[in-house]
Amino acid sequence: MRKKQPMASSTSSVITLKINGEKYTLPVDHRTTLLDALRERLDLTGTKKGCDQGQCGACTVLLDGRRSVACLQLAVAAEGREITTIEGVADGDRLHPVQQAFLDLDGFQCGYCTPGQICSAIGMIEEHAAGWPSAVTEDVRPEAGPPPLTAEEIRERMSGNLCRCAAYVSIVDAVARAAEARPDEGHAHSATGAEEAVA
Amino acid sequence: MTAVTTGTPTRAPSVGTGHTRVEGRDKVTGAARYAGEVPFDGLAHGWLVLSTVARGRVSALDTEPVLAMPGVLAVLDHRNALRLETDYTGLMGMRPDPTCAVFQHDRVPHRGWPVALVVAETSEQAREAAEALVVHYEQEPHDVEFTGERPDAYPLDGHMPAVTEKGDLDAALASSPVVVDAEYTTPEEHHNPMEPHAATARWDGGRLEVIDSNQGVTWVAGELANLFSLDPASVRVRSEHVGGGFGSKGVRAHQVAAVMAATVLQRPVRVVLTRRQMFSLAGYRSPTTQRVRLGADTDGRLRALEHSAVSATSTVYEFVEPSAGVARVMYDAEAHHTANRLVRLDVPTPTFMRAPGEAPGSFALEAALDELAEKCGVDPVELRLRNEPDKGPVSGLPFAGRNLAACFREGARRFGWADRDPRPGVRRDGRWLLGTGTAAASFPAGAAPSTAAATALPDGTFTVRISAADIGTGARTALTLVAADALQVPPERIRMRIGDSAFGPAMIAGGSMGTRSWSWAVRAAAGELRERLALGADIPPEGITVRTNTAEAIAALPPAERHSFGAQFAEVAVDVGTGEVRVRRMLGVFAAGRIVNPLTARNQLRGGMIWGISMALHEEAVRDRASGGHVGADLAGYHVATHADVPRVEADWIDDTDPDDPVGIKGIGEVGIVGAAAAVANAVWHATGVRHRALPIRPDRILSAAAGAPDA
Amino acid sequence: MREFDYQRAHDVAGAVALLGADPDTRYLGGGTNLVDLMKTGVERPARLVDIRELPLDEIGTTPEGGLRIGATVTNGGLAAHPEVRRRYPALAQAVLAGASGQLRNMATVGGNLLQRTRCGYFTDVTQPCNKRVPGSGCPAIQGEHHNHAILGASDHCVAVHPSDMAVALTAFDAVVRFETADGPGQVPLADFYLPVGDTPHRETALPPGALITGVTLPPAPVAARSRYRKVRERASYAFAIGSLAAALDVRDGVVRDARLALGAVASRPWRAVAAERVLTGAPATAETYAAAADAELAAARPLPHNGYKVDLVRNLVVAVLTELAEETAR
Repeated sequence: MRKKQPMASSTSSVITLKINGEKYTLPVDHRTTLLDALRERLDLTGTKKGCDQGQCGACTVLLDGRRSVACLQLAVAAEGREITTIEGVADGDRLHPVQQAFLDLDGFQCGYCTPGQICSAIGMIEEHAAGWPSAVTEDVRPEAGPPPLTAEEIRERMSGNLCRCAAYVSIVDAVARAAEARPDEGHAHSATGAEEAVA
Repeated sequence: MTAVTTGTPTRAPSVGTGHTRVEGRDKVTGAARYAGEVPFDGLAHGWLVLSTVARGRVSALDTEPVLAMPGVLAVLDHRNALRLETDYTGLMGMRPDPTCAVFQHDRVPHRGWPVALVVAETSEQAREAAEALVVHYEQEPHDVEFTGERPDAYPLDGHMPAVTEKGDLDAALASSPVVVDAEYTTPEEHHNPMEPHAATARWDGGRLEVIDSNQGVTWVAGELANLFSLDPASVRVRSEHVGGGFGSKGVRAHQVAAVMAATVLQRPVRVVLTRRQMFSLAGYRSPTTQRVRLGADTDGRLRALEHSAVSATSTVYEFVEPSAGVARVMYDAEAHHTANRLVRLDVPTPTFMRAPGEAPGSFALEAALDELAEKCGVDPVELRLRNEPDKGPVSGLPFAGRNLAACFREGARRFGWADRDPRPGVRRDGRWLLGTGTAAASFPAGAAPSTAAATALPDGTFTVRISAADIGTGARTALTLVAADALQVPPERIRMRIGDSAFGPAMIAGGSMGTRSWSWAVRAAAGELRERLALGADIPPEGITVRTNTAEAIAALPPAERHSFGAQFAEVAVDVGTGEVRVRRMLGVFAAGRIVNPLTARNQLRGGMIWGISMALHEEAVRDRASGGHVGADLAGYHVATHADVPRVEADWIDDTDPDDPVGIKGIGEVGIVGAAAAVANAVWHATGVRHRALPIRPDRILSAAAGAPDA
Repeated sequence: MREFDYQRAHDVAGAVALLGADPDTRYLGGGTNLVDLMKTGVERPARLVDIRELPLDEIGTTPEGGLRIGATVTNGGLAAHPEVRRRYPALAQAVLAGASGQLRNMATVGGNLLQRTRCGYFTDVTQPCNKRVPGSGCPAIQGEHHNHAILGASDHCVAVHPSDMAVALTAFDAVVRFETADGPGQVPLADFYLPVGDTPHRETALPPGALITGVTLPPAPVAARSRYRKVRERASYAFAIGSLAAALDVRDGVVRDARLALGAVASRPWRAVAAERVLTGAPATAETYAAAADAELAAARPLPHNGYKVDLVRNLVVAVLTELAEETAR
């Protein structure tokens, strides 16, 4: 746990963060967010800062397996939690299925919101698999059973991740593919996608 | 030494085939580093302090207590700042907006004007110190109120003449059996790229190096050299990955402040704008008020067209949003008047934002066309086909390809337009009223001189260098395909290096001209290299390099009206009880030149169309009259479309190879947004029977219209 | 952001003791509102007491058939809980309509109740604001207020409460439980938020230093057929411009029981008592619903740019009650 070591003061602490299965011990100013600790202290810059106010989702990471925004998470308060960032979702050189689908289906343009979209999608697919309803789920009562992961469900569940390039259509396709679900519409369009597949 | 052979001429072209992004793996793994993410030893952090008054002067800054705060290294303000040179004309043929020449005087011309930079060891320390800096002002009354009624509005030539006039407008209107006369407004809109502006500057052996997020490295390097009176050869700007730009990422206060601080402190300094700061420092699209008057025969053929637009600029720099320009391309009439006028307010300087002019202009013009179609009882698609000009309505020049009619025919077929009942307000799905709308799109196609270098290496690979920018357009990939075809090798053998001013001058990522301009240069360099290699030369270890410059070839292009075109279709659902509007489907069919990479191009065109949805329904920066500043200057207050706002938008294109371009390219970066907001607004009318002439079409406006106002 | 001390509490008594009577100390839950406000300078605590590890993250049923929800239950966990979805579906819907998946996984029930208004003047420390700096003025009244209050506001403040969750909790008579150095206490949510009056900076009835430990929902069979409808300026990830939590029990064409609470119309979740009075015992018709809405909205005092909310609320009440009645009939 957090120790007040000589180099720490009442406004800073030496903490140990568990990130992508590795432990990092570092002194932090209590003001330091997890996002800034990752980006500026640990050189894990894959987690992006888009707004720093919880209003864009670019900094999405997984905390104890649940998607969260790192910009509103104080680093000192993240001690003891399992932190997974975009750098930790692949299996070595083998991309996570969500990453692979984003790559293959062009689920991005500038790429800046992409790590957040991918981490969010990974967490979202888990939430859906656990039976969580969403704001567009017609009947939230447990008796109704889990909703199918339609394009509409994906869109609502991913709405915490803004993409200003507006690659939304291909992001939804990528998430659907990775979730081994098909969007509820636009089957004709997937033919177009095939035409555009990697040459 | 190794001999290298290039492929056979029969190799299938790479251009025109879908390819995933060459840097895609780096982007999905988080390995791609953006401007604020390149580490430097001894890095210090700068935080800008912005004015809290909208007009006046800085009378004092209490810097002493701030300098005593933990970690604070320096406070730069107008009293101690390096002097900057602003009397020059930059690469883009523009004089610098003095907003980027930070800390040169005590005047405050708008709220959010940079008055100081606090530099500290950590970003937390810099932020707290910047917030603690007490700045005293002599405040003066400000004027931030934009309306179309301003008597002080004056015509201004931007990158086009302010006013064009032919024929007797009043007479033509008077003799027209059908007249539309309406005023349209669009609000202040902000680019809000996902990556905030960020720059790290350092001096290294007498050379200035800046890691930046921008749309043109040689442009920004040139501006910095001018501003700081440096030898251009001693300034290097790199911008490998850029998290969106949309027109906002040129030279801005953050780079200049970072260079100034790095010079003073002689250590690397990074300055990153906060999302809130971007609202006053990153530029924006001016609000517009536009009056459109159309006179037509009963069959919809235009006799008179007037498009008059007013936009705002700051008191320190004239930037005009040329909304009326789109009418000069789209429709002809015997009387044809267009004008762009400007008012000066105590606000930040606006700038180019995706389809400057065309985006707001097409909203007004294409909505007015829809009103004309209604009045004439002519189908909106048919109305546009009847008004297709055979030459530039104002220029008289021939069109170098105008496949708009083909876009409409193909789009109408795919959208199912033929079955459309023209009556408004008669389709219902539960609580939703349904409607469809259409609009035309156009955006200029151009090319600007660029240089490129192509190198053959002994291992059989090629390196191509060009100071292009990939701000999400897929330029790096597109150029790889162009180079591969010119060399007749597989794309995997090309290494495309971009985003470094050391590669020499090139067009910026802007004006829908980037990929075309760069492809021209890359193709020339790679083609010449292939010819050189065909002679059977041995490749030395350093490779064989060919450099090209396209200035002469581009200057030789014959004058013509050169544009990309498109037809937009939208279906919306409106709940008039709650004011909610949802776009249910959208289709755009474009004639935009040869499509280099269908995979990324479709994505980009859809992105433009979604910007149109966002513009039609969501985006609006609210300026507070009392303070002169924004209310809700963040991504919770300024709404852009989310996943849930976006249906399965479809973008497609028809064959439209530009015969005057070596690769056949026109440009696709901007045409996607043009007309998109009008198509949505026209669909809202078709759903509800109410014309919404003020964007965005927010729920309160739908509700107010339903409550009685005949037209919102 | 000012420098601050940070301490983690491991039990409720310890948390309350750590905070003590220090006005410069704040409890830190999910941080989704507090950390944001610290970044914008609205909140400048000298010390944070982290309560995320307190054993308050359970949802249990009460013997009477209600629910006890711990204060550190996340919004995400609340909306996913089967008993919440079964007994109070409008509560699950309200939570799901708020923020984003990420924020719901961080935000806590206690913090949600205490979140501050999103008024653009309140969140900008360079602007006057009576809620932030008492006596400095309310620029919203003359300025940007299209999403401000139409009910219960004053000349001192017209801001609205941003929570969706609290609207549903209000409809279902939730009681807020808290702990102080003097022991536990509780207050009905209906009395939890103070009237605006001339003290908009005083927002809740919590005693100084009190820690919210949870919320109790009394049994409410009517809530099993309930709905939350939120209207916002984009389809998701935005605060409400008007919302309604409603439950309706209709038998033989007559309203037996009705619960209505409105969001984004007042400084607090607005229990529509007058509307409920009209509804109870009246025929389940659109005319009744409209009359109920009108009864509630008789007290509305819209500003120049938010009068649309009167129509919005009226339409929402009619539409949602109609839907609920139709469901009952099926």
